[in-house]
Amino acid sequence: MAMEADLNRFHKIVRGRIKKELRKFVANGELIGRQGKKTIAIPIPRIDLPRFIYGQSKGSGIGEGAGELGDEVKPGQGAGEGGAGEQAGDHALEVDVTLEELAGILGDELELPNILEKGKKNLDNRNVKYSGILKQGPESLSHFRRTYREALKRSIAADEYDFDNPLVVPVKDDKRYRSFKFVYKPVANALIVYMMDVSGSMGDEQKEIVRLTAFWLDTWLSSQYKDLEKCYIIHDATAKEVTQDTFYRTKESGGTLISSAYKLANALIEERYPAGQWNIYLFHFSDGDNWSGNDTSECLSLLQNKLLPAANLFCYGQVESRYGSGQFLRDLLKHFGESNEKVSLAQIKDREAIVDGLKKFLGKGR
Amino acid sequence: MIREKNALPLELQNIIGELDEKSRSVGLNPFTTIFELVDFKQLNEIAAFGGFPTRYPHWRWGMEYEKLSKSYTYGLSVIYEMVINNDPCYAYLLRANSLVAQKTVIAHVYGHSDFFKNNYWFCKSNRKMLNQMANHASVVRKLIDEVGQEEVENFIDICLSLENLIDIHSPFKSKPKKLTDEEKEQASKKHVTKIESKPYMDTYINPHDFLEKQKQKIIEQAEKMQSFPEEPTQDLLQFLGEYAPLTSWQRRVLAIIRDEAYYYAPQAQTKILNEGWATYWHSKMMTSIAPLDVSEIIDYCDQYAGVVANQPGHLNPYRLGVELLRHVEERWNRGKFGKEYMEIDDPKVRLEWGKDTGLGLKKLFEIRTLHNDITFIENFLDEDFCHKSKMFLYDFNPRTGKYVIANRDFSEVKRVILKQLTNIGNPIIKIVDGNFKNRGELLLHHYHDGDDLKYDYLLECLKSLYKLWTRPVHIETVVENAKRRVAFDGNTHSIEKI
Repeated sequence: MAMEADLNRFHKIVRGRIKKELRKFVANGELIGRQGKKTIAIPIPRIDLPRFIYGQSKGSGIGEGAGELGDEVKPGQGAGEGGAGEQAGDHALEVDVTLEELAGILGDELELPNILEKGKKNLDNRNVKYSGILKQGPESLSHFRRTYREALKRSIAADEYDFDNPLVVPVKDDKRYRSFKFVYKPVANALIVYMMDVSGSMGDEQKEIVRLTAFWLDTWLSSQYKDLEKCYIIHDATAKEVTQDTFYRTKESGGTLISSAYKLANALIEERYPAGQWNIYLFHFSDGDNWSGNDTSECLSLLQNKLLPAANLFCYGQVESRYGSGQFLRDLLKHFGESNEKVSLAQIKDREAIVDGLKKFLGKGR
Repeated sequence: MIREKNALPLELQNIIGELDEKSRSVGLNPFTTIFELVDFKQLNEIAAFGGFPTRYPHWRWGMEYEKLSKSYTYGLSVIYEMVINNDPCYAYLLRANSLVAQKTVIAHVYGHSDFFKNNYWFCKSNRKMLNQMANHASVVRKLIDEVGQEEVENFIDICLSLENLIDIHSPFKSKPKKLTDEEKEQASKKHVTKIESKPYMDTYINPHDFLEKQKQKIIEQAEKMQSFPEEPTQDLLQFLGEYAPLTSWQRRVLAIIRDEAYYYAPQAQTKILNEGWATYWHSKMMTSIAPLDVSEIIDYCDQYAGVVANQPGHLNPYRLGVELLRHVEERWNRGKFGKEYMEIDDPKVRLEWGKDTGLGLKKLFEIRTLHNDITFIENFLDEDFCHKSKMFLYDFNPRTGKYVIANRDFSEVKRVILKQLTNIGNPIIKIVDGNFKNRGELLLHHYHDGDDLKYDYLLECLKSLYKLWTRPVHIETVVENAKRRVAFDGNTHSIEKI
């Protein structure tokens, strides 16, 4: 099929396998688009061939509808219905998906295995999900809009509808009710511990990479567990537990003692989250520039003896700071090897590398 | 094979027959229209190919396809109708659509088909484009076999990045007449031939003033002959095809891209009017001429509401087109035109004005024959309509980061719409000099009308141009309120004041 060949070619370009010079026009860049209340917009990758076109037209345009001068409008909401025999517009398309769907897409795209849970697997947690429409049901679940619509249809078809006196009275047959089904979810609890190095060498771009990565980890793990607890630890030479907000915003300076974070994480787990009942995920991001070799060996022993036995997974992501990246990744690699099933190591050079990092982190299905 | 698989069920065939007949009975004059039933995958494919079953191999169709199928999967948009300007006209029906939707689409398609056939702006378009596109595809395939995919595709990429530099009016312009040898000679001598006369009559038969004027003209002519191109030309693709040092396969590819760009131009020029016309007729068809069954009417209304939905901050061409047509119909039905009416200042008097002229439908047919979006809006979007449909202008407020309603002034609103439609939304760029600095360099001029060009794209486009022209390329434009000439010489970009 001709289209398949074209589609293939497009994918290859987007993934940078061929025609690297076009790669810079790929209008995708970031994984996260706008984040609404429950949905998130993810852009569909497009290659925007440069043309002579107008630049930013200062964001003005034409609209229709009521409203006072100064009222807010929300321009360009998605694509309309229809779409006739002409070529589509050039602006990047964004798809609104719910976080649940997003996790699904992520799983598909990255071919992530579903996680095998530990802990209690009792299925007694029952949720109600409204999923359909029935003709019978309790009055409390009556669906007014559907009922009205049916009644309207019937009265028009029966020629009873009076345009001057538009009275619509539903009869029994018109009634529509919401129907529900029970959804069972396994009760398994998960804890994510995010640890981040906030020493002087971690710049804003590095934090942004950590933020993006953490968002995707969150999304994926939330789709796998009903309850997800999160802990945030920042460290330079000392470690402390902070709120999510502080986690991403703090700008500290000073040296780096990674062991301080691991000690704190260990303390947290021992106090609050007994390993037998929790699926524990540890994520640590740093530029890998640890203070001393002594501290590194302390880290390794902490991991080996305390953290790893308790955790499902330990992931270390090394970002590249202005000063290059440090030794820690290599130390971990030397100690645990490539194939340790509880340890995932990734180098996240820039935003583009996040996807590969995620795949490494979550690809083990633990 | 495909025809067999996509053969229409009898029920649809009957509906098509009826609607065809009914359309003609109310004065529409569509092409013979052939419908095919396709599933959404096929429809997305055809839509990605710009309405055709086959195109030359290129990644951008794949990109379009991906976009369409993803938006379909995520329930963002559904393509209801797909119709191509060709004789016979081809249209595609989505197999999964309900019968009500099929009827609506068929009626809508007949509106388009009539528009294609009778609207002046389409009269120069190729009516055998289905074949032409297939020819283009096989030519490019052959070239790929000869020269290699990478090579051909890269060249197509270059052409596509210049694709919008065409002169949409050129099909309607008469070719500038070539000077005869005699005229050329005369021009080069810069000498005015006098009419023979007796010496004492000379000052009367060949008056001095006239001779001077003639001379001036000839000199201008001569200067023009020396400039290249003679007049600034907007049809950049043609100019490059003629004068850029291309190989013969490159010339063919460029000609193909140009040909296809011109084919699509009238559709972009008449988006509002064309959709408005088709919507006007499908709604009329479904509700009065070939009315739907009462049991279908609510589903139809639901669907119609979706088609003409008003999205805040987004001008829906279906909605604007059909509403404006109805507005015009009402005006001409009630004699709301002519000097007497136009001179009324009081909107209340205008509103209540009523003479039983009944010329509405006749006027609509006249509009469908003569107008494109710009002339349609220019002539018929009036203050009453603007207020009735509550149009406004919005602006971005950088302080709050929100878009806010900025203006409801009629002339401002109209000015902005017209500006958006000018040159189908593309900047106007002409070639001024093909021998700039007398060194064979290329000089373009951008006719700036308030909005700057996207600068990073401009730089990339200059690179593409350079690849074709192989000599330095320049463009005169305005960058942040200052006139500038931006150039690319094969290695680096430069920018200078002019």
